[in-house]
Amino acid sequence: MEQFLSIGVNHFLTISVLLFSLGMFAVMTRKNAIVILMGVELILNAANINFLTFSKYNGGMEGVMFSLFVIVLAAAEAAVALAIVINIFKTFKTVDVSSVDTMKE
Amino acid sequence: MNQLTIPIIFYIFAAVTVLSAAFVVFSKNVIYSAFSLLFTFFGVAALYVFLSADFIAVTQVVVYVGGILVLLLFGVMFTNTIMQTELKADVLNLLPGVLLLVLLIAGMLFSFYTAGGWMPGMDQLHGSVVESIGLETMSRYMLPFEMVSIVLLVALIGAAYLARYDKAHKKEN
Repeated sequence: MEQFLSIGVNHFLTISVLLFSLGMFAVMTRKNAIVILMGVELILNAANINFLTFSKYNGGMEGVMFSLFVIVLAAAEAAVALAIVINIFKTFKTVDVSSVDTMKE
Repeated sequence: MNQLTIPIIFYIFAAVTVLSAAFVVFSKNVIYSAFSLLFTFFGVAALYVFLSADFIAVTQVVVYVGGILVLLLFGVMFTNTIMQTELKADVLNLLPGVLLLVLLIAGMLFSFYTAGGWMPGMDQLHGSVVESIGLETMSRYMLPFEMVSIVLLVALIGAAYLARYDKAHKKEN
């Protein structure tokens, strides 16, 4: 009971593991490119939770700064990836990644 | 009562985060996935507040919910014609995927909970973290800060170039 009432490192790590595994599952099994992107966002969020957890319980600022950079890079990644997805849709008329198998039109 | 409120709020937000993330992954409908991702991002922002990273939580709401989620919704709308009744997404590699999911969760949780536990440091973060972020950004993290701004600029210009309306190409077809 004591372990459930005092929120510690393991609680946050558990949520992080669940988010990471779900994101990994989405990246592996889904065929829609946009859902794959959502899986990548889940994985990045899990990494951020880990950074902030260890930053809080260790008292340093490194994790906080790094998670800020991760958020910025996630925004850049989402923008470029969606531009690529839109181009794939223009070329192949689908976003099904298993049917995208040629590099020219 | 005071001792019990914070864990209860934590567990509520944890449940919201994990369940909506599961719905993102397992839902067949892409629109449902996108809107479920909204709750995941809000839940993660609430967890950041528990980790005394208030600035990161606000940034999470502004950037993820205001930026990335809208971008993803635009992607869903662009790549599915409106009249199309089913925005379905198939699955492949289902068995290896489930195997990986179960093994990842089981292995990581097993190692976390049997490795003797983490020892918390002497000085943990408390209260607001905004002032220290400002100080760190302008001192130790000056170069990464500038580099990441250039990366963001280049990525946005590249995305706009890639996704632009191609007039010459349209005439050709």
